[in-house]
Amino acid sequence: MSAHNAAIETHEAGSTKLFAIVWFWLLAFTGIEVFLAYLRLAPVLMLTILIGLSLVKAALIISYFMHLRFERLGLFLLLIPAMVFCICMMLIMFFPDSLRVVDLGVH
Amino acid sequence: MSQAEPEGIIESSWSGGRAPFAISSNKLGMWLFIISDSLTFSALLVAYAYVRLANPDWPRPFEIWPAIAKSTLMTLILLSSSLTMVLGVASAHRGDRAKTIKYLIWTMIFGAAFVVIHATEWYTLIVTEHVTPWSNPWGVPLFGGTFFGLTGLHMLHVTIGVVYLAIVAAGFKNDKYDATDVEVSGLYWHFVDLVWMFIFPLLYLMSVNLKG
Repeated sequence: MSAHNAAIETHEAGSTKLFAIVWFWLLAFTGIEVFLAYLRLAPVLMLTILIGLSLVKAALIISYFMHLRFERLGLFLLLIPAMVFCICMMLIMFFPDSLRVVDLGVH
Repeated sequence: MSQAEPEGIIESSWSGGRAPFAISSNKLGMWLFIISDSLTFSALLVAYAYVRLANPDWPRPFEIWPAIAKSTLMTLILLSSSLTMVLGVASAHRGDRAKTIKYLIWTMIFGAAFVVIHATEWYTLIVTEHVTPWSNPWGVPLFGGTFFGLTGLHMLHVTIGVVYLAIVAAGFKNDKYDATDVEVSGLYWHFVDLVWMFIFPLLYLMSVNLKG
């Protein structure tokens, strides 16, 4: 038990100021998203921009609030690439297939 | 291979007694759960985005008031709950028990507020607007199914999170749980926040009523 615990690194990851700054940016990105919703953009463009902004927000939350930035690189490599790969596989035929009806001009 | 390897010559991080990622096993377990849960939400979000793009006449029922104002407030609440959670985890690691409990209680209050506001929105949609998972007054029936499916699963996660935090807070107060347990519960809570960062723009902002 003691040997196991000795191998676990406990560290002070981030300060109150850093967390407050991250929180502020998350709010700012949310504000931008709400503003964008009222611009009359095409759904595909809108979806792409919103997903992009959400990915930035997700990266901030994972890196700072979930401390992944302060963990060992090995943990990041264990978790994130496999997840991204799986999500990419879900999206492999996404755009051409989902837009098929629109492109056919049925509507 | 006839002879066994002499003990102590080959040192592997995986041979036991070590933490290869320098984190506790419960923290690693929570991370693995989060990755698998993120794929569940991803599958639902991809399915939603697919039918959303495939239907040019997808309903856009959400006006600034009340739907967008409420969901923006809910986003603010959830982001603030993440801030109090991360401050709670930092306090726990510093050994400041009173502050940890205080921050955890604030996180639970924010979480409960989120669920209450969300429930009022569901009530309006179901009772006033007559939206069901298989029908709605605006056209494409899948709107209700995707909306209730995604927000319902997320609301379930938030509700479970509030209960989980209450258990951890009580255990931390009684010395049953330590700072690592608080941190692990924090990982779960931040994940719930993270999922909402995708649900909010995709479900609400993609369906804003521009005519209003």
